[in-house]
Amino acid sequence: MFLKEYFKTVYQTLSSLVTGMRLTGYYFTHTKEIITQQYPETKPVLADRFRGEVIMPHNESNEHRCTGCTACELACPNGTIKIVTKNEINAEGKKKKAIDTFVYRLELCTMCNLCIQSCPSDAIIMTNDFEHSVYDRRLLTKVLNNPGSKIMEGVE
Amino acid sequence: MFSLEKLVSIIQAWLQSTLGDPWAFIVVCILVGLAAITLFAILGLMLVYMERKVAAHMQIRLGPNRVGPMGIFQTTADTLKLVMKEGLTPDGADKFLFNLAPFMVMIAAMLILAPIAFAKNFQIWDISIGVLYVAAVSSVAVIGILMAGWSSNNKYSLIGAMRSAAQIVSYELSAGLSILAIVILSGSLRISDIINSQADGWWIIKGHIPVIIAFIIFIIAVTAETNRAPFDLAEAESELTAGFHTEYSGMKFALFFLAEYINIFIGCAIGATIFLGGWMPFHIGNWEAFNHIMDFIPSSLWFIGKTVFLIFLIMWFRWTFPRLRVDQLLNLEWKYLLPISMVNLLVITLMAIMGWYL
Repeated sequence: MFLKEYFKTVYQTLSSLVTGMRLTGYYFTHTKEIITQQYPETKPVLADRFRGEVIMPHNESNEHRCTGCTACELACPNGTIKIVTKNEINAEGKKKKAIDTFVYRLELCTMCNLCIQSCPSDAIIMTNDFEHSVYDRRLLTKVLNNPGSKIMEGVE
Repeated sequence: MFSLEKLVSIIQAWLQSTLGDPWAFIVVCILVGLAAITLFAILGLMLVYMERKVAAHMQIRLGPNRVGPMGIFQTTADTLKLVMKEGLTPDGADKFLFNLAPFMVMIAAMLILAPIAFAKNFQIWDISIGVLYVAAVSSVAVIGILMAGWSSNNKYSLIGAMRSAAQIVSYELSAGLSILAIVILSGSLRISDIINSQADGWWIIKGHIPVIIAFIIFIIAVTAETNRAPFDLAEAESELTAGFHTEYSGMKFALFFLAEYINIFIGCAIGATIFLGGWMPFHIGNWEAFNHIMDFIPSSLWFIGKTVFLIFLIMWFRWTFPRLRVDQLLNLEWKYLLPISMVNLLVITLMAIMGWYL
């Protein structure tokens, strides 16, 4: 009875080791499985959810969806976003709050995605662009809204 | 046909005729020493490159591929970097032992080179107790490791060295017993006799299942003795930073690193010699034509091929299996490998007496 258990352990151990070796042996002999992407020569294939940088999309008539509610600024854990608002007078003569500048400090950003999740009007999104190296640190402080842009119709 | 035997005899005859008796011998000794050191340097570079490439491909990566074509100069560049680094000796270390330890490990590795037959009649020293010599000297390396661990004045180093000692003391037993199996079958401790006894088939084929069991135990024991994963408790980078060579840097670290790969080569060369016939080509019984075709491949290529195959096997282990705990390591040796190899030795003795092999 003891011997049976003993040899069963030996057999199970050896068969599990062989299972592992079969997998690594398969990877060794099948070079098509290699997932390394040789970056500078070939552009990497990135997943859609890869977080590279926050941008604010604008449509053809230079309109964005940002209402200036500062939900993203409040959600940001390390003060990456700073929104400067102004009061605009619209066609009907009413005062309306709108953004003046949407300042985004890329050098402080940890790509935590909290600003995108907190945005009620989907004004900002993450892009895959990850090549951010510049020679001057000041270039990393970006203004996301285009000059002369205004809020899209119907976004509250 | 290319043969190392002819090359050596030509050089020896030329030296004998130009230099005379005592000087020719001294020059031959110096040449052998230089050849051994060159072999070590080349082996170190080649095996580190091979290890990195094998590791990469088993982990679905590419490995070094920037320095030179396919990255073949990567290890040369790494060595250059190591040569230029400062060999630091810690303040609280025992300076003499600390600086001596890497050389101890290297010398132990170099000594085992003596009885290995690299090709037909191409051997440094065909000593009559070859296998015993190998088994004895291979356990000297642990003294170097213990010296390194003790003199570093670092608790991680000491723990690593102690583990290494426990490991080598345990696994020497089953390695010795599995070598003994072939010594019983071939009836000689001399390496050249063991190889010649495999002229009609390698022992792993002639010896049926008991020799295969001995071979598996030998491979496991060699992996453990060279302190490689899954038995790399002496280094265990995730627990002990680097174990016994934590405090070493520069060329002194490089010597430890080189000694690891040299030990793998030597362990695999011994395994190839004993179980796979060393330089002996693949022969089947008395198929004259087949044996003749196999003889056309130079004997040195047979030896290198078998050794590289075993090295690849050990690398395959390293990149597949997770590390064992200390208690699991000692359990494996004392509860499984040692009893199995003892019973196996009895069976092989019976085989040898009754002549139940081909």
